[in-house]
Amino acid sequence: MLTRFFLMGLDKKAGVLLTVLAVLAVAVPVMALGTAPDSPWHLSTHTVALLGKYLCFALLALSLDLVWGFVGILSLGHAAFFTLGGYAMGMYLMRQIGSRGVYGNADLPDFMVFLNWTELPWYWHGFDQFWFAAIMVMVVPGLLAFAFGWFAFRSRVTGVYLSIITQALTFALMLAFFRNDMGFGGNNGLTDFKEILGFDIQAASTRVGLFVATVVALAIGYILASAVVASKLGKVLIAVRDAESRVRFLGYETDRYKLFAWTLSACMAGVAGALYVPQVGIINPSEFSPASSIEAVIWVAVGGRGTLAGPVLGAVLVNFGKSYFTAALPELWLFALGGLFVLVTLFLPKGILGLAAQLRERLPARATVTAKPADQKGV
Amino acid sequence: MHRAFCWLLAAFLALAAPSAFSANLGAADLAPLVRGLGAGSYADTEKALAGLAETGDPAVVPVIEALQAGDLHIRKADGAVVVAKRAGNGYALTDPLTGAALGEADRNAVEKIRINNALRRTISATLGALTLMSPDANTRRQAAEAVFKSRDANALDALNMALAKETDERVRRAMTQARASVLLAGDASDADKIAAVDVLKERGDQDALALLNGTANSVSNGGSDAVKDAATKAIASVEQRLALWGAAQNLWYGLSLGSVLLLAAIGLAVTFGVMGVINMAHGEMVMIGAYATFLVQEAFRQWAPGLFDFSILVALPVAFLVSGAVGVAIERSVIRWLYGRPLETLLATWGLSLALQQAVRSIFGPTNREVGAPSWMSGAFELGGLTITYGRLWIVVFAFLVFGALLVALRKTWFGLSIRAVTQNRSMANAMGIRTARVDALTFGLGSGIAGLAGVALSQIDNVSPNLGQGYIIDSFMVVVFGGVGNLWGTLVGALALGGVNKFLEPYAGAVLGKILVLIFIILFIQRRPRGLFALKGRAVEA
Repeated sequence: MLTRFFLMGLDKKAGVLLTVLAVLAVAVPVMALGTAPDSPWHLSTHTVALLGKYLCFALLALSLDLVWGFVGILSLGHAAFFTLGGYAMGMYLMRQIGSRGVYGNADLPDFMVFLNWTELPWYWHGFDQFWFAAIMVMVVPGLLAFAFGWFAFRSRVTGVYLSIITQALTFALMLAFFRNDMGFGGNNGLTDFKEILGFDIQAASTRVGLFVATVVALAIGYILASAVVASKLGKVLIAVRDAESRVRFLGYETDRYKLFAWTLSACMAGVAGALYVPQVGIINPSEFSPASSIEAVIWVAVGGRGTLAGPVLGAVLVNFGKSYFTAALPELWLFALGGLFVLVTLFLPKGILGLAAQLRERLPARATVTAKPADQKGV
Repeated sequence: MHRAFCWLLAAFLALAAPSAFSANLGAADLAPLVRGLGAGSYADTEKALAGLAETGDPAVVPVIEALQAGDLHIRKADGAVVVAKRAGNGYALTDPLTGAALGEADRNAVEKIRINNALRRTISATLGALTLMSPDANTRRQAAEAVFKSRDANALDALNMALAKETDERVRRAMTQARASVLLAGDASDADKIAAVDVLKERGDQDALALLNGTANSVSNGGSDAVKDAATKAIASVEQRLALWGAAQNLWYGLSLGSVLLLAAIGLAVTFGVMGVINMAHGEMVMIGAYATFLVQEAFRQWAPGLFDFSILVALPVAFLVSGAVGVAIERSVIRWLYGRPLETLLATWGLSLALQQAVRSIFGPTNREVGAPSWMSGAFELGGLTITYGRLWIVVFAFLVFGALLVALRKTWFGLSIRAVTQNRSMANAMGIRTARVDALTFGLGSGIAGLAGVALSQIDNVSPNLGQGYIIDSFMVVVFGGVGNLWGTLVGALALGGVNKFLEPYAGAVLGKILVLIFIILFIQRRPRGLFALKGRAVEA
């Protein structure tokens, strides 16, 4: 029963994507650990971490697509959930440092000793246990999203207004986390991690392990999202996206459906953030910046919103482009990214994955349909 | 203390000297007196000093300063008194009165005029007295203020003398306060001290409060209970007054921040409010306006440095046109394809903002550019307990002028009529012969042009860098959303309210926390009133 629920959402695209992920999960460990460093097939630890980072972004994009592509909520603050998940994991990693910090204090992270704090703030308790941190990675973003969505959806804040207040949310969080007395390391954030679950965080094998964990998380996230989308619940979500008032008049409590998708999405983003932090080695408040949330939106748009596989592709492609451009032509990166925003919205409203369908639609359409629908500027 | 006091006075005088040169005596008459300084014994020097002081001529001040600094020498050859400054092996000589160069002299050819401690005190008192007697009222007032701060008991006699002669009301007040401050520091009679406390109560600012606190807490100072009582009462009164002025100051800061927000948001109110277009590149229009100001100022520096004060006035239309033209170009090339799809517009304009930032960074470099303030915008004036800078004042005035002009343009002109017609019913406006596409482009240009004007104003108070606009975009959106989309008055109220709340929270919560609280407040506010403070009603809501 449950298996059927999870499998019914999988289509051909999903098969391709899951196969690619499975190949990655096998090939990358083999290439990173099983080959000699001078072999052309060898993957450096750096490359493994980079690939892992892309896949974390892919999971973030997937979670964003779940709300934007299927419920029509454009979140400009999804990086907030991502970063909160990252901080939860970062707090665990900070506690794992123990007495190996600069000040050698077994209980307090370095920045607290530096600020002359004498005891651990209450909200840091429990983070020395991995299981606790792993739960918090989902609970903290989930709770915030639930509370935020509860108020916002109930008072029917929609469209642009919702986008702007999600932006205000992440901006407020950024300002808050920049403050030293919040107890999250202020400006510098959390860094200098030593080990995770007892494994040295710098070691190649740990990196490969984290990569495989990311692949698995992405696969699970994908299967979960497609199951949700394909279920009856998903049909209602799509109906909410297309005509919310009509769905409400039919007797559905749209707020609850939206709240469910929104909270689930935030939890997924939190997991993505938690996997991101140990691979990148740092988490700081600038991840909260509205710009990074909007960048996540463009990954979804490039890949194709409302397609699930598209955002994964978009996140990997755009971030690969970013790594390439910022190294080779740093001046041009912002032009390229800016141009991408404009071109995708103007010419690829359905993204790369929608391109084929778009072309198929347009070619015969040109012959038959002469007039476009009336001016839709309507004010 | 002593020395610092004298230097202060001397510095003030040096500034005021040229205008104050209504000498009672010519340089020729002063010369014998100056020569007397080098007569020999300390007593002779003191006598000569008194003679110089009696003239009350500001021209003697540099001479006495030189004496104080130990620069005054006697030329052995003819016994003349000169200012000698080390130059290479010997001394460069100048005339102490006229400042004319007298050539160089060997080290052995001059002898320093020595002073002792008693003489030093006389010198300070003389300098104080001379500036307090200066013909220039401003110099006298500044001298009195300096005494107020230094509380130098030596200045008391000079002060009393000056007070007796003083006619200017403001200077008189300053001198009375200075005298009160000196009296409270010294050991005057109780009656004198209580009178002094009253004077300070009248003054009622932070400095007075500090002095009164000192008096109220002084035991060693021989302070009697009566004086202490008077001081305690005075403190209460001053504190109340200060709290009032503090509130007024917050109000002013709030108004000032509110007007900056208004300037930044008002263009957005046009593009977002009237047209329903989310322009994330709005901040970059502001930035372009600021860079236009920079370019105009560079041109002035290059070709007409004398007219620099007018550069801002020239920059206003230039910035409006440049930003407006960029806006029209954006509308024609990108936004017109995206009407009715606000979220897509948001993404496309965000992309444009990234590209514009990078373009400016490539052309002008990533560092801050220097934009100067014209003379009529620099400086400050005091209004009661408020300090108001002219720059801020002009920005407040300017924000309201722009707001008024926009209101008039929308209500009273043909263009404004077309904008409103297209906003309310596009197809009907089209049927009536309004070229809607053109109105769209011009409206967007208008909004962007106003952003350019904001850029001119912000260039005066913020760093002109490629990131200038980013700092304002979120705030501007908050203002428009808070005030209510499609309503200019809402934008005005929103900007002033948010500015005021922010500044009133700042003293209690700190700048950052204050801002966070405001953001949270807006998020909650939107829940209560999803369409803002002044929501449009009726058919327009469905837009």
